Amino acid sequence: MTNKVRIASASLAGCFGCHMSLLDIDERLIDLVAQIEFDRTPLTDIKQIGSCDVGLIEGGVCNAENVEVLKAFRRHCNILVAVGACAINGGVPAMRNQYSLAECLEEAYLSGSGIDNPQIPSDPELPLLLNQVHPVHEVVWIDYFLPGCPPSADTIFTFLDELLSGRPIQFAYRQIHYD
Amino acid sequence: MVEDKPKQTLQNMLNDRESDPTHLLQTLIEVQQAFRYIPHDAIDRLAESLGLGRAFILGVIEFYSFLHLEPRGEYDILLSDNATDQMQGSRLLAELLSRRLAVPIGGTRGDYRVSLGYTSCTGMGDQGPAALVNGRAVTRLSSERIDRMVSLIEQALPLDQWPSELFAVTAGVKRRDIILNSDYSAGAAIRHALEHGPEALLDLLEQSGLRGCGGAGFSTGKKWRFCAGAEAAEHYVVCNADEGEPGTFKDRYLLQAHADRLFEGMTLCAAVIGARRGFLYLRGEYRYLLEPLHKTLQQRREHNLLGRSILGRQGFDFDIEIHLGAGAYICGEESALIESLEGKRGIPRNRPPFPVIQGYRGMPTVVNNVETLANAAMIAQQGAAWFRSVGTAQSPGTKLLSISGDCERPGIYEFPFGTPIGEILAACQAHHTQAVQIGGAAGRLIPATEFGRTLAFEDLATGGSFMVFNQGRELLKAIDNFSRFFSHESCGFCTPCRVGTSMLVRQLGKVMVGHATTKDLDELATLGTLMRQTSHCGLGQTAANPILDGLEKFPGIFQARLRSTSFEPAFDLDASLQEARALTGRNDPGAHLEGGGV
Amino acid sequence: MSPSFKIDGVTVPFEAGQSIMEAALAAKIYIPHLCHNPEFHPHGSCRLCCVTTDGRSVAACTTPALDGMEVANETHEITTQRRLLLKLLFVEGNHVCPACEKSGACQLQAVAYHCGMLAPEFVHFYPRRAVDASHPETIIDFNRCILCELCVRASREYDKKGVFSIGGRGIQAHLMINSPSGKLGDSRFSAADKAARVCPVGAILPKHRGYEVPIGKRLYDQESISRVGDVAAHQERDHDE
Repeated sequence: MTNKVRIASASLAGCFGCHMSLLDIDERLIDLVAQIEFDRTPLTDIKQIGSCDVGLIEGGVCNAENVEVLKAFRRHCNILVAVGACAINGGVPAMRNQYSLAECLEEAYLSGSGIDNPQIPSDPELPLLLNQVHPVHEVVWIDYFLPGCPPSADTIFTFLDELLSGRPIQFAYRQIHYD
Repeated sequence: MVEDKPKQTLQNMLNDRESDPTHLLQTLIEVQQAFRYIPHDAIDRLAESLGLGRAFILGVIEFYSFLHLEPRGEYDILLSDNATDQMQGSRLLAELLSRRLAVPIGGTRGDYRVSLGYTSCTGMGDQGPAALVNGRAVTRLSSERIDRMVSLIEQALPLDQWPSELFAVTAGVKRRDIILNSDYSAGAAIRHALEHGPEALLDLLEQSGLRGCGGAGFSTGKKWRFCAGAEAAEHYVVCNADEGEPGTFKDRYLLQAHADRLFEGMTLCAAVIGARRGFLYLRGEYRYLLEPLHKTLQQRREHNLLGRSILGRQGFDFDIEIHLGAGAYICGEESALIESLEGKRGIPRNRPPFPVIQGYRGMPTVVNNVETLANAAMIAQQGAAWFRSVGTAQSPGTKLLSISGDCERPGIYEFPFGTPIGEILAACQAHHTQAVQIGGAAGRLIPATEFGRTLAFEDLATGGSFMVFNQGRELLKAIDNFSRFFSHESCGFCTPCRVGTSMLVRQLGKVMVGHATTKDLDELATLGTLMRQTSHCGLGQTAANPILDGLEKFPGIFQARLRSTSFEPAFDLDASLQEARALTGRNDPGAHLEGGGV
Repeated sequence: MSPSFKIDGVTVPFEAGQSIMEAALAAKIYIPHLCHNPEFHPHGSCRLCCVTTDGRSVAACTTPALDGMEVANETHEITTQRRLLLKLLFVEGNHVCPACEKSGACQLQAVAYHCGMLAPEFVHFYPRRAVDASHPETIIDFNRCILCELCVRASREYDKKGVFSIGGRGIQAHLMINSPSGKLGDSRFSAADKAARVCPVGAILPKHRGYEVPIGKRLYDQESISRVGDVAAHQERDHDE
């Protein structure tokens, strides 16, 4: 056993931009990796989340699978963090909340331009879409919020660094932005 | 489809008015009455004749619940939806009406014969469940009365030919004290004022210690003095008869039985502040009182108690107009009432300046409650010592209470200030009382342990609403009812009230359906406190009272409904897949989500 | 001696008739606000400027300054209160900052940054509101409207056009356009109107431009609104140039 801090991450209804920003921490990542180890993340090949100290969630909740993943993260992580605009308020995917799900699917699969063999997919392999896209805090309890689209590498690093060192989490003015 | 009346009618209606934008609301109410909605060409004509923007007029129409852009049925039925109506079975009666008339609640029947909906408390708490049919109050609804109404509607019998007992509103005075036991002699107070002069009358009022009976309790003498002292071309006196606080109906009684006293009080005030015009702002729900009130005014004109040279005093010219409200609780707030009098949306103004300095049309204006003005007339007639003979040092005199809910003798009660709640409960024969909501939805929820507290500005102030809940009642339902009332009545001006009232309803809804956790209760308390501290006016500052008082005084009723989990989703997870299931035709295990939190 | 009062212990002189906000602005003390713009009558609706004095919470923009009064402004308690008000505004509308041209120069964002708001946290309303793109030069996105009524006031008091009004009530309150169709393109609105330059958020925006200033150089990217000032003042300056 190591006493490294175990971190998991996932992208729900997001674009992986927040994960890219995490990688943008650059060389500081090397210092960080000395203190942490990764559980289920898009960077590892672990399929099922195990017991973790910190879970980072990118993206909002748009379908049934998102709900399951999010709940699994909540069950396994001591601290769950909403990372980025989509996790925090649904972001761009939530702009579909202006329309009914039927309108969205009709536009995408039935009446949109350039559609061959129009039909709404109903394969059980596909997760069903929720009526609306929701921010993650409407489904599970969230301990911390990191705003930004994406949060800057600096914001993410500051957060992890302070969290790992046990210092109070405080951001400089430039580290808080919503876009 | 409703046939539009000849355009001539509309033209006549508009021609009757000078091109004064302050007439907008009153004209819209007339148009609504005549056409059962506000037709678009009426909006265009009004825009032109009053020099107002179409959007401004639409904004006014959208603000008032009783104005509509879509035609209502020939019979427009609105069921009073106060907690006390619900306790008397109003919801079941509404469903019965809906079934029998084949009209959805909140809708209009295809043939435009009838519309059905709910409305905020109509002020008939002692004779409910109540409804308004085309603005006329129908009381004591029962399945038998509903049957009669249904048959009258299906026969298309005009409302004025309906049996009058359906519309009977009884006075129901169950206790009288110095005010209601004293005889009023028309003109005596005005004569006294003319004889001794305004200064003496102000002194008298101040000595009497009369305080505003709407609930705020500001010194009436001081208010009149401030207004009298404000230099301006015109002064106005306004009677606030927008008795909208759920559960209160004592002004209804005063307007019905003692309008003379009230008009005398207004005339007194006019003599003191130098007003030539006065307004009675009558809530739309009390429109049935319009005719008798006009009659009383006419009699007073005939007796030279209104009009030119009142009681022969050269230069003392004063008359009173009645303005109707149109279903907006917020207009009971004095500055919102003034906005409404000016024909606008009833948004409370910023203060200072206070209405006594800048009120109606920017001129010094006294706005007093019905009871306050009636009391002022009686004090001028009977003297300050007489008034002070009962009550407490800080709250002299008496208070009219509207008692409703779980008691054997609901009705109007006049009690001296300082009376303990327990004594009031005994008088109205309430048994096994769990709690009393004093002061309406905006008031306070008082548990049995506090029934020793007294009716007084220094303890429990009230505008007059007194709703009793026995131990068999689910208090949370009443709290939910009050919270919904506020979200419906919020004017939408300030952030905490506009968003907060709706947010409270949603959060409380989560508690009601048993999906909440302690975190949700914390959020209710946080929101309620924010609204109390930062809202623009009294509505927002008190809108969370039912929830905050409930959490403090009756925590058990909330906790009994909580889940043991630490967090529950804000929405029903499985239900949120319903639309997708319907669209894909899927119903496999993967097409469902387990509910519950983590 | 001219009269004075204190904001968080700092002495602020004032002239008779000035509000707490006016005196604070003159003394360069920042009190967070959204609906206030010194060019127009105080409104008092956003409640962001609520300060406490004498144990009472009052809107600084509508409360007259009084000699000797002690005002608390940027205390922990009041900042928490402001964050809650901001959160209510964020969840009431649809504020998708990454997809908004005003982002970076938005006063709602800037005040939220200043108050340290990390997320709206409340349950979102996700209202469905249409966008009005009928005007050739200006677009209105009602999703971002915070009902500060600055456009209403500017059009009525300054442009003398009365293009904007408020309709509905409670959570249904909404901005309306005065024109036969209810559309902006049909109204007397012009992009040169004062009303086009007062919106603190991205509800009223010029067409045919957007994202002109690179990220990092936008109005509130580097420094707090307490130093940079209101966006409307900058929009006014850009207009004059």
